[in-house]
Amino acid sequence: MNALPCTIYVSFTGALLALVVGSRSALAARVIALLTALTGFGLALWAGMNFVPSRGLQTLVDAPWIPELGIRYHLSADGISLTLVVLTGLAATAGILFSWNIEERVGEFFGLFLALIGGVYGVFLSADAFVLFVFYEIAIVPKYFLIANWGSTNREYGAMKLVLYSFGGSALVLAGLLWAYGLSGRNSFALADLANAASHFTPAQQSGMFALVFLGFAILAGLFPFHTWAPTGHVAAPTAASMLLAGVVMKLGAYGCLRVALPLFPMGFAYWQPVIAWLAIAGILYAGLVALVQEDFKFVIGYSSVSHMGFVLLGLAAANAQAVSGAVLQMFSHGVIAGLLFAVVGRMVYDRTHTRKLADLRQMPLHRLMPFAALTFVLAGLASMGMPGFSGFPSELTILIGTWKTSPWWAAFAAVGVLIAAAFTLRVVQVAFFGTTDRSVAAPAGSRPGHHQPHDFPPISWAERAGALLLIAATVYIGLKPDVLLNWITPALQSPLMQTVLKGGAP
Amino acid sequence: MNVNYSELFRALLPETALVVGALLVLAADLVLGRTRTYGQRLRLSIALALVAVLAAVWGSCIAGVDGDAFRGVLVLDTLTLVTRIGVLLLAALTLGVLTSTRLRHPTEYVAIILLATCGFSVMAAAQQLLVAFLALELASLSLYVLAGFDKTRPESAEAALKYFLFGGMSAAFLLFGFSLIYGLTGSIEFAEIARQLRGMPANTLLVVALVMVLAAFGFKVAAAPFHLWAPDVYQGAPAPSAALVASASKLAGFTLFGRMLWVGFAPAAGSPLPGGHETPGWLFVVVVISAVSILLGNIAALAQSNVRRLLAYSAIAHAGTLLLGVVAAGSVGPAPLFYYAATYGLATVGAFGVIAVVASAGRCEALTDLAGLHRRSPLLAGCLLVFILSLAGIPPLAGFFGKFIVFAVALRINGLAGPAGWLAVLAIAMSAVGLYYYLLILKQALVVRGSAERSTAIPVPLGAAIALVVAAALIIALGVFPSAVLDLIQ
Repeated sequence: MNALPCTIYVSFTGALLALVVGSRSALAARVIALLTALTGFGLALWAGMNFVPSRGLQTLVDAPWIPELGIRYHLSADGISLTLVVLTGLAATAGILFSWNIEERVGEFFGLFLALIGGVYGVFLSADAFVLFVFYEIAIVPKYFLIANWGSTNREYGAMKLVLYSFGGSALVLAGLLWAYGLSGRNSFALADLANAASHFTPAQQSGMFALVFLGFAILAGLFPFHTWAPTGHVAAPTAASMLLAGVVMKLGAYGCLRVALPLFPMGFAYWQPVIAWLAIAGILYAGLVALVQEDFKFVIGYSSVSHMGFVLLGLAAANAQAVSGAVLQMFSHGVIAGLLFAVVGRMVYDRTHTRKLADLRQMPLHRLMPFAALTFVLAGLASMGMPGFSGFPSELTILIGTWKTSPWWAAFAAVGVLIAAAFTLRVVQVAFFGTTDRSVAAPAGSRPGHHQPHDFPPISWAERAGALLLIAATVYIGLKPDVLLNWITPALQSPLMQTVLKGGAP
Repeated sequence: MNVNYSELFRALLPETALVVGALLVLAADLVLGRTRTYGQRLRLSIALALVAVLAAVWGSCIAGVDGDAFRGVLVLDTLTLVTRIGVLLLAALTLGVLTSTRLRHPTEYVAIILLATCGFSVMAAAQQLLVAFLALELASLSLYVLAGFDKTRPESAEAALKYFLFGGMSAAFLLFGFSLIYGLTGSIEFAEIARQLRGMPANTLLVVALVMVLAAFGFKVAAAPFHLWAPDVYQGAPAPSAALVASASKLAGFTLFGRMLWVGFAPAAGSPLPGGHETPGWLFVVVVISAVSILLGNIAALAQSNVRRLLAYSAIAHAGTLLLGVVAAGSVGPAPLFYYAATYGLATVGAFGVIAVVASAGRCEALTDLAGLHRRSPLLAGCLLVFILSLAGIPPLAGFFGKFIVFAVALRINGLAGPAGWLAVLAIAMSAVGLYYYLLILKQALVVRGSAERSTAIPVPLGAAIALVVAAALIIALGVFPSAVLDLIQ
C-alpha cells in the first residue's frame, strides 16, 4: 500500500527521462515509457494484492506543505481509489503499446503522456482538496499538446475545446472549494475538515457550493449537456490519448464528484439529486441515439463513451451503496472497454485503412483482412453492450438495481439506454467489419494514390496484440469475478463521510 | 533637529551601490570602450552592472530589518527587504536577457537600467509622500528613456512619447493628490497622515485627493481604464525595456501602493459600502478598477495577433488580480500580494526574454513569428512553455499558487458577503478565458511547424540562456515550495 505514491513519482520521472532520451533515440523513449507504465501498473497491482479493505481512507503520506494556508501533502487510498489506480496503470500500459508506431517527436509524446498519467494517479490518491486540485490541473495541459500535435481530424479545434471545457470545469471547482474554505474559517484544505465545516453551512450555501464543484467535475465526466467536448476531443486525439481520455480522464471527473462534491456537501446534493439523475439519463439516451446515426466510426465510440459515463453519473445520483459501488465498477469496466474500442478503431483500423467513414469500411471485408481486429472489436462490443461474462454486465446491472431502489422510473429509462447501446454497437460491428465482400477487391472509388490496397495491410504488430489481450483479459476477469473489485469498493462506502451521502435510499 | 546621516547611508546602501555602479559603467566605457567592439562593450557594461546589483543585494541585507529609518522617511521591514531583493533579481535577469539585443548605445542603456532599479529600490522602502514621488519619478523617467532607446525603429520612439505624455500627466495627478492630502492632514508621512485622517469626516477634498492618487497609480501599474499606454509600449519598446516595465516596476509599484493605502490612508472615511465603517472609502474604487482590469485585459487579449500586445493585455488582467491582492493585504498582510507580483515578474521577464532572443534572429511581432520554435530552439520553447503556463496559472508553477493564495485570502475576508469575494469569483471565471489566448502562443511555439525561411536554429547567447533558465527554475521551485517566500514576510 505504502508504495502507491511512487506511481506518481515514477510517472513524472519517466516523463522527464522519455523527454530527454527521445531526442536521441525513439526506441529508447518507447522502452522507457513502457517500463514506466509497467512499473506503475505493477505497483498498483502489488498494492491491490496486499490491500486490506477498511472503512475510510488509509493514509499513505501526510506532511505539511504550505502551512500559511493549512495545506498538507496528504495522500491516501481506499478501495475506490485503488480500483481507479489499477485502471490507470492498465490503461497507461495499453496506451503505450498502442502508440508504439508513433514516429514523430517520440520523446515529447511519451513525456506528455506520462505526465498526464502522473497527474491522474495523483488525483486518485489525494486526500487534501488542494493537492487533488493541483494534480487535476496538471492533467489538463498535456491533453492539449497530445491532441494538437499528434491528433487527426480537426485536431486543433478539438484540443482547444477539450482543454477549455476541462479548465472551465476546474475553475468552477476552484470557486466552489475556495468559497467553502473561506466560509469554513479553518485553516485547512483537508477533505475531512472541509466536510466537517460544511455541515454548519446553510442549505442554500451548500447547494451553491455543490452546484459549482459537482458541475465542474461532471463536465469532465461528460454530463449532458456539457458533454460536447468529449466526442470531438476523442475523435481528434491520437489513439493512445483517446484511450486515456475516455478510459481514465473522464473518470477523474466522476471520481471528483464522488470524492469531493458528494461527501462535502450532502445537503446540496440532496437538493440537486433529481436534476443530476435526469441529466444523466438524458445523456445516456441522447448520446446513444446520436451514436446510432454517426457516419464516422470513431464518433460512434466517442458518443458511446458519453452514454456509458451517463450510467456512472446515474449511479452516483442514485446514492445508495449498491448504485455507487456499481458506478465505481462501471468506471473500471468502461475504462477498459473504451480503451479497447478506441484501440481497434484508431490504431488497428484507421492506421491501416486511412479511413474511418463507415461507408468506406462497408466495402472492405475487414473480418477477413484483419481477423484479429475484428475479433477484438466483437469481444469489446459484447462487453460494451453488457453481455454476461464481461465486465460491462455486472457493473451496469448493479447500477440499474441500485437505481431501482431509489427510483424505479430512473432505472426504467436508463434500461432503454442499454438497448440503444446494443443497437449502435451491433450496427458498427456489422457495417465496419462484416461489409460486403464483392466490391472489396477493387480499391474504394476515389482513393488516393499510395493508399493501401485492402489486401496489403501491414499485419497486426506484437504490441497491438499484447495491448488488446491485456485489456480483454481484464474485462473478462472482472466480468467473471466482479467480487475482486466489489470487495474493495464496498467497505470504502462504509466510511462515515460516504455514509452521510448514502443514507438516502439505501435499504 | 539632529539628523543621523550614517543611519540614512546604511538604509540607502543598495541605492548607493546602484548609482555608483551606473557611474562606473559609464566611466569604464568612456575609458575602455573606444577601442573595443560592440560585443565587448556590452559584456563589460553588463558585467559591471551585475556586480553593482550583487553589491546592492548585499547592501539590502546589511540594511536589514530595522523598522523606521531616518525619522520615518524610510522603513526597513521584511517587505522592504524582499521587495528590494526581488527588483534586483528581476533587474539582473533583464540584464542577462540584454545580451541578445543589439542597441546603438549599450552602455547608456545599462546605466539607465541601474538608475531605474535604484528608483524601484527606494519605492520599496518609502513611507513618505515626497520620497515616494521622487522614487516613482526616478523610475518612470528612466523607463521612458528605456522605452525609446531603439532609435532604428519608429515604434520605439512612438512608445516612448506615448509613455512619457501619459506618465507626465499621471505624475501631475499624483502630485496634485499628494498636495491635497498634505493640505488636509498637514503631513507627508504615512503614519501621521493616518493619524490625522482617523475620525475626519468624509469631505470632497479628500475624495478628490484619493481619486487623483488612485488614478495615477492605476496608470503606473497599467490598470484599466488607465492602461492605454501599455499595449503600445510593450509592442514598441526594446524587449528588455518592456521586460523591466512589466516586471520590476510592477513589483515595486504594488509594494508602494499597498503600503501607502494600508499604512497611510487606511482610516479614510467615506465608504459607500454597506456596513462600511471598517472599510476605507477608497476600497470600492480599487475594487472597481480591479474588476474592470480583469474583464478588459482578458477579453481584449483574445483579439490580439501581436504577441507583445497580447502580453500587454494579459498584464492588464494580472494588474487587476494584483489589485485584488492589494484589497486583501489589509486584513492578511502583503505576503500574497508580494508573492504574486514577484512570480508574475519572473514569468514576464522570461517571456519577454524569449521574445528578445527570437527577435535577435529575425522578427518577433505576430504570433505566427513564433511558429516552429520547438525546432529552432528547444531551450527557448521549453522556457516559454514554463513562463506562459505560469502566467496562465497552471500548477505546479508559481503563477498558479500566486492566484490561488490571492483568491483564497480574498474569500477568507468575508466570504461572498464582501466585494473581495465576488472579485475573486470573477477572476477565477476569467482565468479560463485567459488559458485560451495563452494556449494560442504555445500552439505557435510548440505545435505549428515553421515555414521554410523560418527554420534556422536560433543562437541563444550564454547570458540570455542563463537568465531564462534561472527564471524558469525559480518559477518551478517557488511554485512547488511557495512557503519559501511566504515565510520571509511577517
